[in-house]
Amino acid sequence: MTYLELFLGFFKVGCFAFGGAYGAIPLIRDVVLSYGWLSDETLTYMIAVSESTPGPIMVNLATYVGCDQAGFGGAAVATLAVVLPSFVVILLVTALLHNVLKNPYVQAVLRGMKPCVTGIVLATGLSMVLKNTIGSVLAPRADLRAVLITVLLLAAMLVYPRLAKKKLSPVWLIILSACLGAGIYAI
Amino acid sequence: MNILLDLFLTFARIGLFTFGGGYAMIAMIENSCVEGKKWISHDEMMNITVIAESTPGPIAINCATFTGYKRAGFPGALAATLGLIVPSFAVIYLIALFLDNFLELTLLANALRGIRIAVGILILDAAATMIRKMKRKALPRGIMLCSCAAMLLINIFAWNFSTISLMLLSAAVSLAAFAVQGAPEGKGGDGR
Repeated sequence: MTYLELFLGFFKVGCFAFGGAYGAIPLIRDVVLSYGWLSDETLTYMIAVSESTPGPIMVNLATYVGCDQAGFGGAAVATLAVVLPSFVVILLVTALLHNVLKNPYVQAVLRGMKPCVTGIVLATGLSMVLKNTIGSVLAPRADLRAVLITVLLLAAMLVYPRLAKKKLSPVWLIILSACLGAGIYAI
Repeated sequence: MNILLDLFLTFARIGLFTFGGGYAMIAMIENSCVEGKKWISHDEMMNITVIAESTPGPIAINCATFTGYKRAGFPGALAATLGLIVPSFAVIYLIALFLDNFLELTLLANALRGIRIAVGILILDAAATMIRKMKRKALPRGIMLCSCAAMLLINIFAWNFSTISLMLLSAAVSLAAFAVQGAPEGKGGDGR
């Protein structure tokens, strides 16, 4: 029964979680608490862990809750259940996409949505950099170490292409930032 | 290399090095699937980002499924999607089994603070690429600036206004412009 409950609960999360993990957290909270899988306190802690480990936050949470409830099998069931809806939706959309995309009205909609997504991504990046370096914009307090790491990372991104004739890969930027963080915050 | 294995490994690498959710993943996928392997075009990447934003589920999963399907049909979609979730599955599984006090390890916590800074920069980088490849016209630029400003205000004041509403609003503006003046020349959305 646990397997079925895990599947249904996380399938529901996968179906209705629009707008990325942060938009989905209220829904996840609702499902996880109503089944009694985690206490509110553990859930808050696990959201922090999910944000700090690689991969989509929803997938991380599903794996953790599944493992906690029913070991490896539970983790596998919950993880697949949370992924399944987006997998199926994208397959359907992709299979139908060719014809739909040629429709002039659909093109007009996409012409509006693409710059909007660009704006949202830009705003998210700006908000994150600001939050990391000065905390809240309404009550700024500069974190000098974070500013130093930001400057060093930006410098690496600008200087590396001139020396190596190609862009610094995001993987190396992440590795570099982990080393800088471990080094600079330890001082 | 076998294309299925290649898809699996490429997305496993993306999954292993993506922290902090979907938008950072866009920079990774742009780097490896658009510029590196040339599996999909930038325009397709933008289409799928829009679709990912307006369908449920993690954005990264949507991108992986799409890219895999484009390259190798259903098995490709399966290989790419599994590749993306295996690293996070493994990491979380190990943490659940062995590390109760994961966030209290100082060295790890410090490294994660560094990574969080890189994630913000990566997202800015993804935005810069998108802006560079955007059509240089008044309407897309206007929509981009307005939604950026709106999103900043939403973030700063923690307003309860979803990104989907913003996108629907932009679609409505674009549809209205289309109804009034017809399609802009050079059809097919954003050029490269």
